[in-house]
Amino acid sequence: MTGALPTGVPAIEAVDVSRTYELDGVSVPALRGVSLTIDPGEYVAVIGPSGSGKSTLMHLLGGLDRPSGGRLVIGGRDVTTLSAPELATLRNRTIGFVFQAFHLLPRTSAVDNVALPLVYRGIGARQRRDRAAAMLGRVGLGHRLDHRPNQLSGGEQQRVAIARALVTDPAVLLADEPTGNLDTGTGEAVLELLEQLNAESGVALVMVTHDQEVAARARRRIAVRDGLIRSDTFHDRPLSGGDGGPATLDPAPSAEPRSASGSGPGHPSGGSGGAAGATGRLPRTSGGPERAPGPRPDAETGSGGAG
Amino acid sequence: MRLAEAWRVALDALRANRMRSLLTMLGVIIGVASVVVLVAIGTGTKQQVERQVEGLGSNLLLVVPGRIDVGTAPVVSPLDLKDVDAVSRVVGDPGRVAVTVASGATARAGARSDFTTVQGVLETTPQVFTRSLARGRYLTGADVDTSRRVAVLGASVARALFPDRDPLGQQVALAGVRFRVIGVFTPLGQSLGVDRDDEVHIPVTAAQRLWGTQRIDGIAVKAPDRERIDQLGERIVAELSRRHPDTEFSAVTQQQILGVLGDILGVLTGVLAAIAGISLLVGGVGVSNIMLVSVRERTREIGLRKAVGARPRDIGVQFLLEAVLLTSIGGLAGMALGVGTALLVEAVSPIPAAITWWSLALAFGVSAAVGIVFGVVPAQRAGRLDPVVALRAE
Ligand SMILES: Nc1ncnc2c1ncn2[C@@H]1O[C@H](COP(=O)(O)OP(=O)(O)OP(=O)(O)O)[C@@H](O)[C@H]1O
Ligand SMILES: [Mg+2]
Repeated sequence: MTGALPTGVPAIEAVDVSRTYELDGVSVPALRGVSLTIDPGEYVAVIGPSGSGKSTLMHLLGGLDRPSGGRLVIGGRDVTTLSAPELATLRNRTIGFVFQAFHLLPRTSAVDNVALPLVYRGIGARQRRDRAAAMLGRVGLGHRLDHRPNQLSGGEQQRVAIARALVTDPAVLLADEPTGNLDTGTGEAVLELLEQLNAESGVALVMVTHDQEVAARARRRIAVRDGLIRSDTFHDRPLSGGDGGPATLDPAPSAEPRSASGSGPGHPSGGSGGAAGATGRLPRTSGGPERAPGPRPDAETGSGGAG
Repeated sequence: MRLAEAWRVALDALRANRMRSLLTMLGVIIGVASVVVLVAIGTGTKQQVERQVEGLGSNLLLVVPGRIDVGTAPVVSPLDLKDVDAVSRVVGDPGRVAVTVASGATARAGARSDFTTVQGVLETTPQVFTRSLARGRYLTGADVDTSRRVAVLGASVARALFPDRDPLGQQVALAGVRFRVIGVFTPLGQSLGVDRDDEVHIPVTAAQRLWGTQRIDGIAVKAPDRERIDQLGERIVAELSRRHPDTEFSAVTQQQILGVLGDILGVLTGVLAAIAGISLLVGGVGVSNIMLVSVRERTREIGLRKAVGARPRDIGVQFLLEAVLLTSIGGLAGMALGVGTALLVEAVSPIPAAITWWSLALAFGVSAAVGIVFGVVPAQRAGRLDPVVALRAE
């Protein structure tokens, strides 16, 4: 059960979404027309060089920011039609964020940190604590309920943040470099936790990472560069032992560029990029992971590429 | 977010910054405390004056030439003792009529002297004004009729002239004329900073002879009951106006005096409270300032709360409650401090102080309102913060 999404509806749908910052009268285009769809239960890695617009994209996908142009539908609702409080409620119900910097409230116990999103859902204190405690149990911190952030290790803090992101049972978990502040071993454990939760609860996981190896563990990889999606490809899972996750249903290793969307006239479709030549790809249409029934909205991604 | 939750969050935030919260509250504490103390002193003074005017004797009617009004020049009195007889006839009982002819004079006893007010009076004064003696006796009708040079001393005068002797039977020189002390009043204390025991009573006839005059400054009448007091006043004024067509006369009751004094003291108290209120306002500006700092400091927290679903209003309410809590707690502490100070003033100083519930309610209400007024801007700023920008803040 994720985020009260109607079945058959993509968790997030972005069409030609752009985001431009105004800096001292100068327009800085951080995203220049991005189209993608996140389906329930997906595991997506977002990679790209620093400053390419990954975080900007995550903020938009999570309804934390509004696009300067294009259409963005989160949980079936068009964000451009939503007021600020409506957008906040949408975030609360549909999205879970995990940040590189944890962003836990200091001086607040782990269980209260995890319960925070439930506060804004108007849930009573006892039920909040029960749900938060249960969620902390799921991330392996059932014995740390009343610890404060400064009494927890970095890995533990990020687990608390993950529990906080999932306590509302969201449709999508957006993780922006969740292991960026952790050492390799701890980062690996956090990563495995995220993957496990993604497989178990059916929450879609969209994760920004700088680490190619990490990205390679995801079934779908989106490469961002200069505010555009350069490639959006599906893989089987070459790394990390098959644990019965959705990836094992893939018939064959292969990939296809999915939506090199939003290219302006000066930007040829990303499918022709160097990534397209990589091995082990599967044509998207021939056998992705289970999708919601019904026709894929490939037409729209195609139109994005035809620009 | 539920309101109870918001209160808890606000309280936690204040606790997290104990020292700063306390210093911020200090302005409000001082403001509220000074409002409470000054209003208490004003009220206490007013009550004291009221008690003293009441203590003059009930149903008192003061008859003086001229108009009783603030800012009118005093009138030379045309009254003499024959007018007093006429008034006594109107009243129907000479025992209810008192007079005064007063003048400042130096009282001497041996080497000691004291400048005081000498009042020429009738033997009826103690009944009309409810005065009592600590020692000796008061003037008699015979003393008045024969212009006997006898004197009753106020407690202060007695103390000044006879610090180590029994004044009874001693001689005092008033304006150079020797009088024999026959009595000493029980002390009355101070009223509005005036020593009410600084006076000497002598027979009105002796006083008139002393100053070479037939004049009477004023007449006081103790009315038989409260209901007919105004009517009695009108009849007395009518009689005196008939006898002195060129002069205007006024008859005022205790209630009227209390009214005038009460108005003056009320205005005074209000002015003092307003001055104290300004310091409360300054305290409010401090709260506003600290709340802005707090919003800046906790930008990341605000960003995070928004990321997990806090609406702008939730954040705004949180910070507004924090400001209100700051000033309300400061207000309560200020009330405690103010009440304590007022009680201390009342206990150890001659200044009277009386705490009234309305001044406490007002001070608390104003401090809470200050929190709202000065918390709104920081709260709005917090509520409007862009979550992405907020999360990136250092
Ligand atoms: N608030 C802002 N104002 C102006 N420009 C901004 C703002 N936020 C981001 N940018 C710009 O937008 C571009 C994309 O930024 P973004 O943070 O999305 O990059 P990123 O891919 O997440 O980089 P990194 O890997 O370093 O986190 C950058 O050029 C950045 O300078
Ligand atoms: Mg980033």
